[in-house]
Amino acid sequence: MSIERSEKRLGAALAAPALLWTAAFFVLPFAAMVWMSLGHMEGRAVLPGPDLQTYARIFTDPSLAKGIRVSLEITLTVTVLSVLLAWPLAWIIATRVPARWRRLALLLAVLPFWTSYVVRSYSWALVLGEKGVIMNALTGLGLLAEPVQIMATRAATVIGFTHFFVMLLTLTIYSNLVQLSPNYARAAEDLGASRWQVIRLVILPLTLPGVMTGAFLTFVLCIGDYITPQILGGNNELSLPQLIMLQLGRRGDYPLASGLSVVLMVMVTLAYAGCARWLKMERV
Amino acid sequence: MRYLSWAYLAAMFGFILLPVAVLVVFSFQDGRLPVPPFNGPTAEWYAKVLGDRDLMAALGNSMLVALASSAVALTLGFLAAAGFAQARLPGGALMRGLIIAPMTVSYLIIGLGLLQMFNWAGVRPSLMATGIGHVVINLPLCFAILSAAIGAPQKSALKAARDLGAGEAQVLLLILAPMIAPSLAAAFFLSFTFSWDEFIIAFLLTRFDVTLPVEIWSMLRSGLSPETNAVGSLVFLVSVLLVVTLELTLFRKASK
Repeated sequence: MSIERSEKRLGAALAAPALLWTAAFFVLPFAAMVWMSLGHMEGRAVLPGPDLQTYARIFTDPSLAKGIRVSLEITLTVTVLSVLLAWPLAWIIATRVPARWRRLALLLAVLPFWTSYVVRSYSWALVLGEKGVIMNALTGLGLLAEPVQIMATRAATVIGFTHFFVMLLTLTIYSNLVQLSPNYARAAEDLGASRWQVIRLVILPLTLPGVMTGAFLTFVLCIGDYITPQILGGNNELSLPQLIMLQLGRRGDYPLASGLSVVLMVMVTLAYAGCARWLKMERV
Repeated sequence: MRYLSWAYLAAMFGFILLPVAVLVVFSFQDGRLPVPPFNGPTAEWYAKVLGDRDLMAALGNSMLVALASSAVALTLGFLAAAGFAQARLPGGALMRGLIIAPMTVSYLIIGLGLLQMFNWAGVRPSLMATGIGHVVINLPLCFAILSAAIGAPQKSALKAARDLGAGEAQVLLLILAPMIAPSLAAAFFLSFTFSWDEFIIAFLLTRFDVTLPVEIWSMLRSGLSPETNAVGSLVFLVSVLLVVTLELTLFRKASK
């Protein structure tokens, strides 16, 4: 046997366990889920398909279609808001903060990133509640006569999400900014650009890859998250993941849960296709 | 411009740190509700947390699942990365893509798929099932980190060792592993962190023995309580210590 062939066999043998694991516990379950979505519920029993009744239901039942719309609206709001808030923060830390404090500033800016995800949502529930710190301060200062309800509304979900994703985006944009050579800005200034023009016409376009990577991650993680809308948004307006979990819990409607998951998957894939030209996943 | 920058920085730090500050402060609340007014410090809730059997059991379970699933994910990822470094495999790009694929799928979908498959196969929800799910999400991460760490110098060292007659196990354990030790450590710690904090897969795939995030979730259903604040603060403290240790040891070395 040639050396090259034996090397190939060895390489394949080493990669085999990981491939088998992924096939058995990722591809197979995923196929099972897609197959399940092609069946439907009749009474309390699952009728295996293949048919498209579950999908027909998803797009005609107003409460389900609304869930998809709610999730999209929340996710887009959060993504845009997080980019708008994170970019100046990353820029200030990368360029305005003195070099010796920079790492500390960055560490502080992403500190809550390392708390438990569930706990982070819970702590926003503490802050935003009717008796929470914010309402207490506002009514105490006489700025508000009565506490305004934020908890269990979409605003609470958006705030909780934005908090998390501002930290994530600050990291991706910051790492993009510090890789830029200062010569770009100097050259633009020499050519007579104002400070604002340098940012808008030179720096901003150069950070687009970092922004898009972060925005894509935000979209994917946000649209698939159950915890934040469940803890902060409550049950008045259900997002797609909440609808999926609802089908599992109360009714045992696995076909519908699976169908909704496939829809979720398709939306993520579309988002990926939309951002693909800016994404270099090998950097992640 | 300058004052504006500092004002913005201060405002954003306020926004980012506010919930954690409130969480920690009201974990010392002397009273039943973790909301203002603050009635003065007490360690009562921490004592309660440390004496809570369910919580401590969940903590142990989380530790077990995180250690075991990270170890498995690291081993599989290490072998696969070494395998792909060995030779150009036919269909290599496709196989790499397959191993990386779970990274782009929501945890909810991975959990739901596994739940259905386990239902069909008659496997009961358990810590083991959760561990399997955590390996699925961490394997791509370990594989990506370790693949990136194996460059040309590592490949030629492997070749040299083999030419000198080292057995395959010797090549992997005595040559490759020490060469990429920092990346192995980083991959392990990241996997551990993700598994430790993972909620939805654990929620779907456990029943009687639960992990810490699931236990905290069930505490939330009884409403706001300083006890939940205390648990959250402890988890936060542990993570911060871990991150600071990593920052001071591994990443400092790596950046030099």
